[in-house]
Amino acid sequence: MTGRISNETIEYVAILAKLELTREEKAKVQGEMEKMLDYFSKLDELDTSMIDPMPHLFDFGNVFREDQIENQQKGEEILKNAPKVKDKMIHVPETIEE
Amino acid sequence: MGKKYETVIGLEVHVELSTKTKIFCSCPISFGEEPNSNICPVCTGMPGSLPVLNKKAVEYAIAVGLGTGCSITQYSQFDRKNYFYPDNPQNYQITQLYMPICTKGALEIETKSGVKNISIREIHLEEDAGKLFHDQETSSSFVDYNRSGIPLIEIVTEPDMENEEEVIAFIKKLKSIIQYLGASDCKLQEGSMRVDVNLSVREAGAKALGVRTEMKNLNSLKAITRAIEGERKRQEKILRDGGEIIQKTRRWDDEKGLSFAMRGKEDVKDYRYFPDPDLIPLRISNQWIEEIKASQPEFRTKKIARFKKEYDIPDYDIELLTESNYMAEFFEKTANLCGNPKKAANWLMVETMRLLKEKGIEPKELKYSPENLAKLIGLVDKKVINGDKAKEVFHHMFEQNMDPEKYVEENGLRAVRDERILKKAVEEVIAGNPKSVEDFLRGKEKVMGFFVGQTMKALKGRGDPEIITQLLKERLKEGL
Amino acid sequence: MELLNLTAVQLSAKIKAKEVTVAEALDAVLEQIEKLERDIHSYVTIDWERAKKSAEEVQKKINKGELNGLLAGVPIAVKDNICTKDLLTTCSSKMLENFLPSYSAQAVENLKKEGVVIIGKTNMDEFAMGSTTETSAFGVTKNPWNKEHVPGGSSGGSAAAVAAAQCYCALGSDTGGSIRQPASYCGIVGMKPTYGTVSRYGLIAYGSSLEQIGPLCKDVTDCAAVLEGITSYDKKDSTSILRKDREFIKDLKVSIKGWKIGIPKDYFGEGLSEEVRKAVLGAAKELEKRGARLEEFDLKHVSYAIPAYYILACAEASSNLGRFDGVKYGYRAEEFHGLHQMYKKTRSQGFGMEVKKRIMLGTFALSEAYYEAYYLKALKVRALIKEELCKAFEKYDILLGPTTPNTAPKLGDSLSHPMNMYLGDIYTIALNLAGLPGISLPCGKDKGGLPIGLQLIGDCFMDKKVMQAAYAYEEERGRFIPCIDEKLESWHS
Repeated sequence: MTGRISNETIEYVAILAKLELTREEKAKVQGEMEKMLDYFSKLDELDTSMIDPMPHLFDFGNVFREDQIENQQKGEEILKNAPKVKDKMIHVPETIEE
Repeated sequence: MGKKYETVIGLEVHVELSTKTKIFCSCPISFGEEPNSNICPVCTGMPGSLPVLNKKAVEYAIAVGLGTGCSITQYSQFDRKNYFYPDNPQNYQITQLYMPICTKGALEIETKSGVKNISIREIHLEEDAGKLFHDQETSSSFVDYNRSGIPLIEIVTEPDMENEEEVIAFIKKLKSIIQYLGASDCKLQEGSMRVDVNLSVREAGAKALGVRTEMKNLNSLKAITRAIEGERKRQEKILRDGGEIIQKTRRWDDEKGLSFAMRGKEDVKDYRYFPDPDLIPLRISNQWIEEIKASQPEFRTKKIARFKKEYDIPDYDIELLTESNYMAEFFEKTANLCGNPKKAANWLMVETMRLLKEKGIEPKELKYSPENLAKLIGLVDKKVINGDKAKEVFHHMFEQNMDPEKYVEENGLRAVRDERILKKAVEEVIAGNPKSVEDFLRGKEKVMGFFVGQTMKALKGRGDPEIITQLLKERLKEGL
Repeated sequence: MELLNLTAVQLSAKIKAKEVTVAEALDAVLEQIEKLERDIHSYVTIDWERAKKSAEEVQKKINKGELNGLLAGVPIAVKDNICTKDLLTTCSSKMLENFLPSYSAQAVENLKKEGVVIIGKTNMDEFAMGSTTETSAFGVTKNPWNKEHVPGGSSGGSAAAVAAAQCYCALGSDTGGSIRQPASYCGIVGMKPTYGTVSRYGLIAYGSSLEQIGPLCKDVTDCAAVLEGITSYDKKDSTSILRKDREFIKDLKVSIKGWKIGIPKDYFGEGLSEEVRKAVLGAAKELEKRGARLEEFDLKHVSYAIPAYYILACAEASSNLGRFDGVKYGYRAEEFHGLHQMYKKTRSQGFGMEVKKRIMLGTFALSEAYYEAYYLKALKVRALIKEELCKAFEKYDILLGPTTPNTAPKLGDSLSHPMNMYLGDIYTIALNLAGLPGISLPCGKDKGGLPIGLQLIGDCFMDKKVMQAAYAYEEERGRFIPCIDEKLESWHS
């Protein structure tokens, strides 16, 4: 699991994360990620083949909401934080891609 | 002669569930509202908000799973699918990748070529995205989150279908099961059911699957049929010309009759799925499954078979009446109460369905009861009222449920049967229209209709047209 | 000055006894803020006007007898990643510099019902990512004991504000030690409760499966009072757990005679400063005086906690912070061509370097090719660590160790050696991975005069026991003289 992280990997991850990094930032991230991954390789010392992954700490049974309307109209409150609103809709650059 | 090809089709069907509230928050689900009115911090991904699962959405998903012969996953979980898009407020969608709630089902379909089983790989529960509107002039899009967080199930089939006929049969069957369960209204036009078609072609007899494309934006059964035809031809032509199919999502334009490749969302397809730490695992007990199983309706295929055995009405009627479970049950109750299945079927198929369509309402919104429709049928059968009056009564009943027997009495609608009164009315009509009588006697038989109409009018519509015609004929033989 | 030396519970008692008014108490802390804020910079936002208004309202309710809780009338501070209705909540990030929530976190709602007065929002590491409060977009916070040192982080603003008497107590959040470590560096009491004890609704998520809101206070009694106040079952948070034993104050004073205290040898190994070791073992001896029995044992998975933690925290963060994209709230870049550039420019300009680094790392760990090797592996190691800790509690009532390997580092030191900074979390993060409660309280000072923290750890849902042991130690130790007494002169430099 150790080793160098290629430039392509950094580019790929940046696309997924929607980050635009400067060349210096990329170099910094790359260097530090490599160090971290080296350190993460410590986990290889542990045999976990028989262990169930634990995404949740506690499991005391189902948590549900009944299908009942409780929220009153909150549109205005929500929209007041939006950077750009027109006719009660949030304005973004065009998304159609054909 | 070129090579022969065969088509392989699998479907991904998204269905909006008919819950009152969204899947992870208690915002109401209602349509035709102003943009961004049914929204809250949860369904707009505000910082610090957290999801809580709607129990009813889970119940619907289990019910559909049971209705399609799936096994229910007794320990499942929700995963986050990460991708950036403005209609996806958290920039992740909560869905189920690793442990879908239902797996391994199948539906039996019937086409001209016979009966066939279509396997269902899985059904998973997830949240819908918001809606985007576009303004090309200003290069802008606009986001409305009213739809964001509406519960969806996605039904994924195996690639078991070969042509549009099978696909349509499968969709119709699936739709009927979901509608019978009341889990969704499954309207393709309105988007409460959305079908994506995965299609590939291969040389006839080949074992390996060809490269597939995924088609979206199919808003009607006709569009699905046309899109499958179009895509099959497109792929076959590419292969014949020695080209290569590119695995892509394509958008069907039904007006142009063409599909267009959707440009990738700039992204690599790597959704970084992982279990959502905000939602704890979902446990479904045997008892819960049994409870849901016990409340399942008799589905359409079974019901049709039974109706054919139990009711002496045409197959066409049975097909039509069982389109909705509500209608089918309504029919059955009415028929059993009045003992006249054909009449019950007629009232439902003709007047009722016409009015439902006219007013744009669903069968389950009908106001009148099977008891009252049965009474009305009885009134006609016993000739207490005539057909015209029955329609009048029916229209009142449709608007506001009431007892037709009482209504007939209170409004004096009973048909006139006293022969003296009838003869008197006939006499008056003949005396008052000498010219028409002459016309009739000279062989202009059409005038009969006029006489019947005039007599009915004199009787304030309460006559029996058959008897009146009879009386008129007898009387006219005598001349003026 | 005397007023400022009171703890929150003492202050509230005096207010209820009509010896002090809420306004007087608020004025005292506001004055302290005016005096020290330029040096320490604990706050991102100070809500002067509304705090004063709220003090009046609270006073009226106290006068009418409608408010008589342990915290009635107490001016408190809230970490800036905890939503407060109509009050800026920035996470110390440019990304949210203008974000006005339309809702308060459930923990804040609970405290408001108790009659506290919210002074303002405290500085932190941007999006809680950091251990020094230096990654804040709004300037660094300094350690009130020594302005050349960091207050710790990420709840550094809350810790500094409590230590400098700029509030009576504060809320923080702890994802990997973010309450306990700054409490240790600032010589105050800080506690991370069992996961699920305090609702996370309204806490802007960093590592959702790891974090809890918790108190930063002057002493253990205040800590128990605040934790009792914020604990509630919240149906808006699916991971919230109904706690029955939440009368922390009532049961605080018990004898710990016969308690078995486990001392993990692995908490005293390489990297631990000698001064910290001595102070912590000294504290253990104090507990022995009260009749507790000490025993060393092995906790061999501790060294695996840091890699597992950073994988999980960064993975969850990369997803949690996806929502900051310039569409619905917060910062949006001014110039861009098209949607995807808007996303990229907004996020690149709105987030600081530490946040970007962690998002990159987390995105990498979740990406298809590495999911199993990193993310899934970390989830398995997490299970191992939890199991090992649970086993320890079959034998011990409480575990004892240092909160941090060293006292507060100098400003600038940590960010230039990030790996060391991450390693500094070694004693705190196992608790977050396993969901356990832990408290840090002062147990001495190094020769530079900086406080040393003692960490007491309980089994899941044994929050009460943790506080009982801490209270017993506090009694045995005697009053820990706060920096506002000791260092008064230096403030006027």
